[in-house]
Amino acid sequence: MTELHKLTIAQAALHLSERQISARELTRACLDRIAAIDSRLHAFLTVSEPEALAQADAADLRLKAGGAPALCGIPLAIKDIFCTRGVRTTCASRILENFVPPFDATVIERLRAAGAVFLGKTNMDEFAMGSSTENSAFGPTRNPFDLECVPGGSSGGSGAAVAADECIAALGTDTGGSIRLPAAFCGIVGIKPTYSRVSRYGVIAYASSLDQVGPFTKSVRDGAIMMQALAGVDPRDATCSARAVPDYARALTGEVKNLRIGVPREYFVEGMQPEVERAVRSALANYREMGAETVEISLPHTEYAIAAYYLIATAEASANLARYDGVRYGLRVEADDHIELYNRSRDAGFGAEVKRRIMLGTFALSAGYYDAYYLKAQKVRTLIRQDFERAFERCDLIATPTTPATAFRIGEKTADPLQMYLSDIFTISVNLAGLPGLAMPCGYDQHGMPVGLQLVGPPFGEETLLRAGDAFERAFTPRRPAL
Amino acid sequence: MLRFIRMAQHRITREQVIHVSELARIELTEAELQQLETDLSNILEYIDKLDQLDTAAVEPTFQVGDPGTPWREDTVTNHPQPDAMLHNAPAREGRFFKVPKIID
Repeated sequence: MTELHKLTIAQAALHLSERQISARELTRACLDRIAAIDSRLHAFLTVSEPEALAQADAADLRLKAGGAPALCGIPLAIKDIFCTRGVRTTCASRILENFVPPFDATVIERLRAAGAVFLGKTNMDEFAMGSSTENSAFGPTRNPFDLECVPGGSSGGSGAAVAADECIAALGTDTGGSIRLPAAFCGIVGIKPTYSRVSRYGVIAYASSLDQVGPFTKSVRDGAIMMQALAGVDPRDATCSARAVPDYARALTGEVKNLRIGVPREYFVEGMQPEVERAVRSALANYREMGAETVEISLPHTEYAIAAYYLIATAEASANLARYDGVRYGLRVEADDHIELYNRSRDAGFGAEVKRRIMLGTFALSAGYYDAYYLKAQKVRTLIRQDFERAFERCDLIATPTTPATAFRIGEKTADPLQMYLSDIFTISVNLAGLPGLAMPCGYDQHGMPVGLQLVGPPFGEETLLRAGDAFERAFTPRRPAL
Repeated sequence: MLRFIRMAQHRITREQVIHVSELARIELTEAELQQLETDLSNILEYIDKLDQLDTAAVEPTFQVGDPGTPWREDTVTNHPQPDAMLHNAPAREGRFFKVPKIID
């Protein structure tokens, strides 16, 4: 069997369990692929070859014994926001350039226990702040479909790695669209679970009421396998839900008859790329052919979501990033007193976008401005949440484009921060409302760049998203990049 | 690279930016200060659109997800590991993180 790196989790798991391939061969194939193309793609910041091969060998012993979990021996790429014991974790920032965590994030512990293999840590926007991976302190990642284009962000490295078959699946985080947007730009599946479905312990925090961990996969079916391993209560994350985790595989029935799909009029706007609208409307027509029903709905506060987000997320970030002070870990610039130590270390260690967001968030929380900005934004958040609650009285899930346009060119939006922020216009409300979202490929523009469909569900509605995504996928074959 | 400076009245003054940088403990260069004055002004101008909404009777959402705080027994479950904890220390002396003098 050749080109093992192109397998899905489901395919690889089958071949591994039947001992047609070994975990070592599969990991070797991915490492060779990384060696062959990553100098052009720059998806990885750290490649952990000896550790990965050791994990693969351990997986092979378990596989020989039989009864191993679905992820045993599966090589994964891990966004550099997850603490991985003994492996450098930078958050794509100079302030953590040499930081080596002494512990694993909960999701890393779970994946390790399931026998997964960690190929390395992927590139991202610094501290998850960005929509293109251009804010990384270590250079951008490129889109495998067109190396002059961005892969999206902030989890661009993970998205590119999956799309380019450098790994079988990957882990990312999503605070305002950071899984769904790269999934759309790179033509793969990305899932942001319901807020609180997956533990955030050991995940470097950006905005604690918005951050969620989720998978990048080559198929919706694989997404269900990853969700099964990731979801569930964690006593070390006080926000993590104790709600029972369903058997996600049972959702993959292929049946969408009588499923009511809400189509919000505010998500089909002037200035959208016409090919994106066409591809999404075509996907909706496919759903109708399969027996689903589409219903026009309204989410009237959509246009206020970006403004609310850039107050809430930045305010929370200003608190979460206060810990980077040069005292216990991270970059330290020497100084005569402790205040100067903080001031200089932080100015030297943080990039421009991170500084911008910390400043905005600090301002929004400061005396005299808290009510007008932070509190106001949290009230608007309630209105956005209520829009969705009303919509879900009339539909089972909501379908939208993931982004207004396909992947833009590297450097195209870096001159104006606000232009970059507007890329998140279709993903951001979902984080504010804490809902689950799934992005998957539904077409390509005339340059061959992927178009992403977004499915949004009610709280803990992951099964509905997986069912609908899987049904669509059975009739749609995604393209692989030529790389 | 051209930067377009919108001719709106500034939503944040230079003095305010300096004050915020002190709160945020970030020592900005002059170039950074000027850029931030422009960038933050533009962003705050965009954010002004929230004023179009009447939220007087609306409760804020601070947290989505299940309400309440989970409780546990007050017992130590992670015992001190000084070497692991000090592994990334920029400066270390024995069991301590070393920092510039704080108290005169």
